[in-house]
Amino acid sequence: MSAALGRPSLLRHAGWVLRGNLVTAFALGGTALLVLVALLAPWLAAYDPIATNVANAMRPPSAAHWFGTDQLGRDILSRLLYGARLDLAIAAAAVSLSFVLGAMIGAFCGYHGGRLDRAVGRFVDVLMAFPLFVLAMAMVAALGNQVQNIVYATAVINLPFYIRFARTEVAVRRQAGWVEAARASGNGGARIVLGFLLPNILPNVAVQISLNLGWAILNAAGLSFLGLGVTAPTPEWGIMVAEGARFISAGHWWLVAFPGLALMLAVLCFNLLGDGLRDILDPRMRT
Amino acid sequence: MTAKLLEVEDLRVAFDTRRGTVEALRGISFAVPAGGVLGIVGESGSGKSVASLAVMGLLDRAGSVTGGRIRFDGQDITHAGGAELRRLRGAALSMIFQNPRAALNPIRGIGRQIADVLRAHRPLTRAQARDKAVALLEAVRIRDAARRADAFPHELSGGMCQRVMIAMAMACEPRLIIADEPTTGLDVTTQKAVMDLLAGLTRERGMAMVLITHDLGLAAQYCDEVTVMEQGRVVESAPPGRLFGAPREAYTRRLVAACPTPSSTIAGLTPDAPPLPAAPVPATLPPGTPLLLEVQGLKKRFPDGTLAVDDVSFTMRPGESLGLVGESGSGKSTISRMVTRLIDASEGEIIFEGESIGAIPARDFHRAPQRSQVQIVFQDAGESLNPRFSAFDSIADPLRRLAGLRDSASLRRAVEDAADGVGLPRALLDRYPHQLSGGQRARVGIARAISVQPRLLVLDEPTAALDVSVQAVVLQLLEKLRREKGLAYLFVSHDLNVVRMLCDRLIVLRQGRIVEEGDSARVFRSPAAEYTAQLIAAIPHFRPEVVEA
Repeated sequence: MSAALGRPSLLRHAGWVLRGNLVTAFALGGTALLVLVALLAPWLAAYDPIATNVANAMRPPSAAHWFGTDQLGRDILSRLLYGARLDLAIAAAAVSLSFVLGAMIGAFCGYHGGRLDRAVGRFVDVLMAFPLFVLAMAMVAALGNQVQNIVYATAVINLPFYIRFARTEVAVRRQAGWVEAARASGNGGARIVLGFLLPNILPNVAVQISLNLGWAILNAAGLSFLGLGVTAPTPEWGIMVAEGARFISAGHWWLVAFPGLALMLAVLCFNLLGDGLRDILDPRMRT
Repeated sequence: MTAKLLEVEDLRVAFDTRRGTVEALRGISFAVPAGGVLGIVGESGSGKSVASLAVMGLLDRAGSVTGGRIRFDGQDITHAGGAELRRLRGAALSMIFQNPRAALNPIRGIGRQIADVLRAHRPLTRAQARDKAVALLEAVRIRDAARRADAFPHELSGGMCQRVMIAMAMACEPRLIIADEPTTGLDVTTQKAVMDLLAGLTRERGMAMVLITHDLGLAAQYCDEVTVMEQGRVVESAPPGRLFGAPREAYTRRLVAACPTPSSTIAGLTPDAPPLPAAPVPATLPPGTPLLLEVQGLKKRFPDGTLAVDDVSFTMRPGESLGLVGESGSGKSTISRMVTRLIDASEGEIIFEGESIGAIPARDFHRAPQRSQVQIVFQDAGESLNPRFSAFDSIADPLRRLAGLRDSASLRRAVEDAADGVGLPRALLDRYPHQLSGGQRARVGIARAISVQPRLLVLDEPTAALDVSVQAVVLQLLEKLRREKGLAYLFVSHDLNVVRMLCDRLIVLRQGRIVEEGDSARVFRSPAAEYTAQLIAAIPHFRPEVVEA
């Protein structure tokens, strides 16, 4: 995979895909902006995200506080910037975890088939029979309100999708000529799965990863919104929406609107990114 | 000049691609008289299919007619609109595609699909259309047509599906049928049955036909006039006797030479190539030399119960080349995979140089010392190369795994040696499979197999997916490698002509059993089994006496 990605034509190819596909370019730009904001939050934020200043509470957007201040006088823009850090980190960690585990389990099941495959398949069916968000809530409630538990819960509820996806993608390729050729060249089962099959299904999994990042962010925010995730003073989009919701009837719309928009933008970008990503990663699209 | 039914004049078609405009047809002209049969032959990329699609108005959105004229029955249809074309298609002009199974709707009964075509052009009731459909199925000799009309495409064989397509194409009595590679992918005996039927029916009903094919023999046998195309241009056009007997253009001469006939030799396929090395001194192995391969009572039963290989036994001496010939379902590929130890046999023994390699489970065979000794070249070179590996990676893979080469300098040297051996330019080693031509991919596949110095090379239809001129070069290469390295070949093929040229001995298989076994030349000259005789008779070819003339 590294060889395929390392070739100089990748950038040019990406440019070509983006020129033909403005939606992907927009999504890629939005994602890059989010990541940059998250990384540079301490430098971009003009105020301390948790320092309260009750005298300055509930101010509408102004030159000093672009997105206004909340009920404790904290700058909403600064909280949003720091919130991006946490939300993206949770989403990225959860999705990486479920991708690595799910793709490996699914790929091995798809390649070897047999009893293990059937057992894993039934387990996935059982897992998917639960309302997944409720399952995540139960897990966080049982394990405790900590960031890593949100990551685990989100990873577990995404796992079945990766297992199924990787399993199917590998199962349709396991009879391919190049897999037989790999066996004739002296490659064992594990090497074929990891060195041949996984890199080949990666472009298709990339779509899934991108979609999942969006879900994972919503999931983390949703848990926090319900009081099951990150706790109060920490800047997190879900908490900001939850806290701001109490004041919306009083006309203080900016408390909810900006974190809501941030969530929407993040989810939208990740969802749109998927298709473009597949085109960029597939070497056959490059000529 | 009699009235021409279809006249194509100086037709130009261009496709918009990422790299700018590509001209697929650069001014071609041909004509088909009413009731005549025109063959268009050419290799892949010659534009022969684009020509037929342009006539049918079926070019995809990227393609457009940039010049010239297409006239059907005196009417200019070059830029005919959708409605006008729809009226023509099916009723006056119809088409038969290459892959019949893909062209049929998988979830609709075949009788209904024929009835759909009828009702699209004629005011028929459902019952009338069905009766007509059954009559058409009878006309294409589908037995028990009334019952079969309710069958779905997956319940029929490939040959039957193509008959259904023919019935559909003829449903509205069109005046012209365009058949684009109608029998590619079918067995020779099925091909003969389908082509005889198609030619007979069109002649009977006074329909004209354009037969597009890569198979010169097929064109020679069924056409009144043959047009040879290359790179979007017409090279030469003449009646088949003249064209194949005394080709005028250099390209046609090369193409005709590359076609295997009952009398051709490997060296004769590519007259311009450097001569082959001298054949090794035949069979002077001292008595008592162990056999290279001994297969005894081999059987393979698949999980669904079918017995794909039924009690097959044969032996091979070191350096010998043995052909396995058979049609689809004969078990030849299954045998090659069992011998290569990619799948396990249900019963029987496989003994390689005195060691029972059949006893080692296929899933553990990658660790066996014999893994590097038994290698395989697959049918579809493109499909057998990992899309994410460059040619270098593909050839290096077995060297890393089986020859234990780790440091990059010696690996590079070994890969380049293998590439040189198969005539693959070193500059192409960095390319990915989709950036290579069919012939180049075949060379990568062969280089990968021979890089670890095997003693037995299993060749599973290595040229089946290639153009004849590329096939000629690959066969030449295989023969050269065999003579240079003393490799033993187990050559699996459906093409008797090719097997005869490359193999000393051959085995004819049918439905998993050996029908006949013997010296290649002898089997070809005087087949002992009825089935072998049928196979030989079904190969389309231009008559040698015409070539003499």
